[in-house]
Amino acid sequence: MTEPLLKLNAVCKSFGTTDVLSDVSLEVRAGEVLCLLGDNGAGKSTLIKILSGFHEPSSGTMEAGGKKVCFKSPRDASSHGIATVHQFGGTFPLMSIGRSFFVGAEPLKGLWPLRRFDRKLANSIAVREMQALGITRITDGDRLVGGLSGGERQALAIGRAVHFGANVLILDEPTAALGVKEAAHVLRLIMQARQKGIAVVLVTHNVTHAMTVGDHFAVLIRGALAADFHKGERTREEITDLMAGGEAMAELEAEIEAYQLAHHGHTPEPAELERLTHDPSGP
Amino acid sequence: MAVQAPAAPAPARPLVSGASVRNLIRRPETGALIGTVSVFVFFAIFGGQQFLSSGGTASWLNVAAELGIIAIPVGLLMIAGELDLSVGSVLASSSMTLAIVSGHYGAPMIIGIGAAIALGLLTGFLNGVLVTATNVPSFVVTLATNFGLAGLTLGFSRVITGTTSVAIEPGSPDKELFGTLLADKFEVAVFWWIGVAVVVGWMLHVSRFGNWIFAVGGDTVSARATGISVRNVKIGLFMGSALGAALVGVIQTILYNSAQVANGQSFVFNSIIAVVIGGVLLTGGYGSVVGVVLGTLTFAIVQQGIYYTGWESDWASFILGILLLAAVLMNNTFRRMALSSSTKKKA
Ligand SMILES: Nc1ncnc2c1ncn2[C@@H]1O[C@H](COP(=O)(O)OP(=O)(O)OP(=O)(O)O)[C@@H](O)[C@H]1O
Ligand SMILES: [Mg+2]
Repeated sequence: MTEPLLKLNAVCKSFGTTDVLSDVSLEVRAGEVLCLLGDNGAGKSTLIKILSGFHEPSSGTMEAGGKKVCFKSPRDASSHGIATVHQFGGTFPLMSIGRSFFVGAEPLKGLWPLRRFDRKLANSIAVREMQALGITRITDGDRLVGGLSGGERQALAIGRAVHFGANVLILDEPTAALGVKEAAHVLRLIMQARQKGIAVVLVTHNVTHAMTVGDHFAVLIRGALAADFHKGERTREEITDLMAGGEAMAELEAEIEAYQLAHHGHTPEPAELERLTHDPSGP
Repeated sequence: MAVQAPAAPAPARPLVSGASVRNLIRRPETGALIGTVSVFVFFAIFGGQQFLSSGGTASWLNVAAELGIIAIPVGLLMIAGELDLSVGSVLASSSMTLAIVSGHYGAPMIIGIGAAIALGLLTGFLNGVLVTATNVPSFVVTLATNFGLAGLTLGFSRVITGTTSVAIEPGSPDKELFGTLLADKFEVAVFWWIGVAVVVGWMLHVSRFGNWIFAVGGDTVSARATGISVRNVKIGLFMGSALGAALVGVIQTILYNSAQVANGQSFVFNSIIAVVIGGVLLTGGYGSVVGVVLGTLTFAIVQQGIYYTGWESDWASFILGILLLAAVLMNNTFRRMALSSSTKKKA
C-alpha cells in the first residue's frame, strides 16, 4: 500500500472546556474518496478544519506524505496541496467568476509598480476549467458567482482546486442544498477528481451519496471515531444506523423492548412511540 | 491546420442592449450616479444661478473633497466588512499634534506633519490589531478608540498648551500643498481627493490587493482558506482609513491656521453615509471607488445646496436621511438580485 497523503494520530480538539474531538486517527490516501459521516454536531466540520489548517489540534499529531507537519494557518495547508470548500461557502457571491477563481493567486500583467490583475486571462481560465467540468452554460467570466446555481458553485470551487494542483480536496456537505440532478453532477465531479489521483474527503449526511462515491468511510459519534471501514465492509443499513448515531437507535430499540415487557408483548402505538422517542425520561 | 474550425457555432451573442443593461445593473455605482444627478438637478432648479456659480460649486466641492479623502478608505474598509468610527478622533488628534508640535513648540512643519500622520497610522494599526485579535466587532472597537483618543487629545492639549485650540502659522510650501484656496474659492484638498481616488481606485479595482479586499468582505472563512492573510488585509485597511483622517486633519489645520480638539466628529457618520449612498453594501463584499466618490458628491451637494434654496438647512438632514434609506434599500435589492438570478437557460 502507498504512503497516505495525510495521517492523523490520536488527534483531540477542545474549545475551552468542551471536547469536540477525542482521539481521532485517520488516513487519507491518494485516489480514494474518504466519506466523513456523523450526526449534526458530531465534529465533522471541526475535523476538516484541522486538516485544512483552520484549527490546530489540542493534542495528537498530523503527518503529510510521511512527514510530521503542523499547520498554523490555511496557507500552510494549501502549500501542502490541501484545498478546502467549507460548509455554506467556498465561493464569493458578489465577485465575478474570474476574480473569485483566482483569489490569493491572481494572475498579473504589466511592470512593477503598475502590475495589475489580468482580468481577461483570469476569466478565460476560469471559464475553461468550468467547461472542462461540464458546466457549459457559463461563457462569461465577468458574471457574479451569486448568480450561479449551487452545483455550478461547487464546480467552480472544485475546478479551482484541480487547477491549482491540489492533491487533497476537502468538501464539507457539497450536495446538501442541491437538487437530484445537481447533486449527481457534483458526485460525478468528485469521481473525476478521484480519477486524477486526488484524495477527496467528503462530508455528507446522505447515505446514498456516500455509498455512490465512497471508498473509505469514517463515522464520528460525539467527536470519537466510532467506525472506520472500506467499501463493501458494511451494509447500507449498518451505515444508516451508524450515521444516525448508532447508539441512539440502539437506545430506542431497548426502550421498545422494555415497553413490550411492561405491556405484555404489545408494541407501542405510533403515538406512544412518538412520546417514547421524545421524552428522555421514558416510561 | 493553421486555423481550427470551431466544433460548434459560437453561442449567439445576446442583444447588445440587453447585455449592456445587465452590465449596468451589475455595476455598484449605477444607483449612486442616479442619486448624484438627481440631487444636482434638484438644487440647480431650486438653488438657481447662485448654486450653479463657481462660488456655489466650490462650496460643495470643498465639502466633498475633505469628506471624500476619508470616505474612500472608509469605503474600502466597509467593502472588507468592517466599520471605522474612530476617524473623528484621528482627525482631531492629528490636527492637534501638528498644531502642538509645529505651532506651540515651533518645530519644523515636516516634523509636525510627520508626527500627525504617524499618530493616525498608529491608531489605525491598533484598531486593526484589536479587531483581528479579539474578534470583537469593529463597530465597538473603533467606537472605543474614538472615545479614548478624543479623551487623550483633550487631556494632552490641556496639559501641554492649557487650551483646547492651538494656532499655527504654516509657511511655504506647506500652505500651498495642503491649505490654500485656488482662485480664492477651491481648496487644494480637491486635488488630494482626486489623487486618493485614483490611487485607491487602482488598488481596489486593478491591483491584486483589491481582489483580496473583495474576498475578505465577501466571505472571510473562504478568503482565509485561499491562503490570504485576512489579518494583514484588515490591519492595512484600518491604517488606510486612519491615514485619510489624519491627512484631512493636516489639511484643515494648515487651511484654518489652527486646530481644535472638537474637530472632525461629524466625519464619523458622514463618511459612512457617503459610502452607503455610494452603493457599498453594509454587509461587505461589494462596492466601488467611483460609487463612493459619487456618494460623497451627493452628500456635499445636499448639505451645501440647501443654503442656495433659501430654505431652512434642517431640510438637508431630512433629504440625506431619505437618501440613505433609499440607498440601503436599493443596495439590498441589488444584492438579492445578484444572489438569486440563476443562470439563464438559453436555447
Ligand atoms: N469554535 C468553536 N468553539 C466552541 N465550540 C465549537 C466551535 N466549533 C464547533 N464547536 C462545537 O463542536 C461541536 C461539533 O461541531 P461541528 O461543526 O464540527 O459539527 P458537524 O459534525 O460539522 O455538524 P453538522 O453536521 O451540523 O455540520 C458542536 O457541538 C459545536 O457547537
Ligand atoms: Mg458541519
